[in-house]
Amino acid sequence: MAEMVKKATRESYGEALAKLAAENDKVIVFDADLAGATKTGTFKKACPERFFDCGIAEANMMVAAAGASTCGFIPFASTFAMFASGRAFEQVRNSIGYPHLNVKIGATHAGVSVGEDGATHQCNEDIALMRTIPGMVIINPADDVEAQAAVQAAAGYEGPVYLRFGRLAAPVFNGPDYRFEMGRGITLREGNDVTIVATGILVYEAVKAAEALAEEGISVRVINIHTIKPIDKELLVTAARETGVLVTAEEHSVIGGLGAAVAEAIGEECPVPVVRIGVQDTFGHSGKGAELLKEFGLCRENIAAEAKRALTLKNK
Amino acid sequence: MNEERRTRLAKAANQVRKGILTEVYSAQSGHPGGSLSIADVMTYLYQEELRVDPANPKWEDRDRLVLSKGHVCPALYAALAQKGFFPWEELTTFRKTGSRLQGHPDLNKVPGVDFTAGSLGQGVSAAAGIALAGKIAGKDYRVYAILGDGELQEGEVWESAMFSAHYKLDNLCYIIDNNGLQIDGNIQDVCSPYPIDKKFEAFGFDVIIIDGHSFDQIEMALDMAKKVTGKPVAIIAKTVKGKGISFMEGKASWHGSAPNEEQYKTAMEDLAKIEEVL
Repeated sequence: MAEMVKKATRESYGEALAKLAAENDKVIVFDADLAGATKTGTFKKACPERFFDCGIAEANMMVAAAGASTCGFIPFASTFAMFASGRAFEQVRNSIGYPHLNVKIGATHAGVSVGEDGATHQCNEDIALMRTIPGMVIINPADDVEAQAAVQAAAGYEGPVYLRFGRLAAPVFNGPDYRFEMGRGITLREGNDVTIVATGILVYEAVKAAEALAEEGISVRVINIHTIKPIDKELLVTAARETGVLVTAEEHSVIGGLGAAVAEAIGEECPVPVVRIGVQDTFGHSGKGAELLKEFGLCRENIAAEAKRALTLKNK
Repeated sequence: MNEERRTRLAKAANQVRKGILTEVYSAQSGHPGGSLSIADVMTYLYQEELRVDPANPKWEDRDRLVLSKGHVCPALYAALAQKGFFPWEELTTFRKTGSRLQGHPDLNKVPGVDFTAGSLGQGVSAAAGIALAGKIAGKDYRVYAILGDGELQEGEVWESAMFSAHYKLDNLCYIIDNNGLQIDGNIQDVCSPYPIDKKFEAFGFDVIIIDGHSFDQIEMALDMAKKVTGKPVAIIAKTVKGKGISFMEGKASWHGSAPNEEQYKTAMEDLAKIEEVL
């Protein structure tokens, strides 16, 4: 089998922005001295007159973007996830979230797959932080195709959106027929024994885990939750009801992220065991991104193992 | 400025002060000290300077005012009501359940409020973003940001100052309400932001220092600011916290407390006396 094309979703972000530059003259881009890394430099090249480097000053960047949005512009404010959601949390909460302004936050370098930079730059808390802000849409795309579609959708949506991208090149598994619908999960594989709910770069790993489990006679449903907020509750409750147990997989802390969102979503209507794969309430460290993903169990082997363990929790 | 205009403005400012007192007294909470110190500047801006239309508060070519020190919104609300953005009687609903007049200004609730602010340091950044948007869109509107002097302790103010100067936002004017007091006392005792003028000059601003209670000087400064090109302007308005109310003037304790019935009566009498001699 031919090697699958790999691409980091931050690259997709830059390309999608450059396309928007030509399509929509209301789109403006802010960065905080990371244009080369967040890939907003691609937009800058295409449209230098609508690109504004704010320097290493994320708090001001977020609120300046908010101000510009009140004048009809669609600002994309970009930096690493750590600074977008952490450093500037209160700015995002009070000056973007509370007034529900049309600002798109392009947060790259999320999760442990950032790699060598280590724990200070590996943000495993951003989804949790952003989920607490009323009205904030959170999108964590799984591959290049989904990421580009998500950027397009975010530009066309009126309101704040947090877009989460990765540094590490990830397999591009979605094809040309892919359609993105904000807030709607995608069932990638039908199955009855257990459901794996994944987001971001773990979606492809979940599919691979499901394929391996199928060979052992285990029927696994796989759901891609690209929009973590608002979450597709209906799809998740149906999966809980039909398969009786869920496994969540995310490159994020198990506290407050996808796993928490899924447990909350099904808890009131159809509580079933939810096994959460993610960063287990710890910090990361330096190393190669791919190695760290394995070390933290964010890989197909661990997903498959946890899915088997989940089966033992069923109907207890 | 001729005597007639000066008197008219003084009367309008006195009315704004009555509004402030009424709001804070009705709510039995709020921030009278800083509202009273900025009342003359606020009155001048809405009566003489800002290109705004109460019938069309979202007019895209309007001048913008961001009250970065959002806790002094009693002054903003009174000036907006006086200008006709909403009924004066509504001021008594300030800070109450169901009111549009939130404890800090909300752009989605109050006609005429250009940005939601109050978490200090953020309004100036918003004003910079609005000024930048004006430049990109080729609009000729001007943007004013009112800051507290204590607010200058927020790091974001200086991030925003760097940004505004870097992008040559000459359509942006900061007005610093330099009343010298913050919650915990004198600003130079708490954590001094002085010298304020030299700091802004170093950040690339033109700086104008005025008596923030002199309409002649307010007018002169705003006119001068409009003539500056290629950089933003910071007007440092020297003011008195609690200005106009005998027992509030110069007292940090009136930063964030409301007058009781007797104090309210005394305050309104103070303002009546001021009006008598105008």
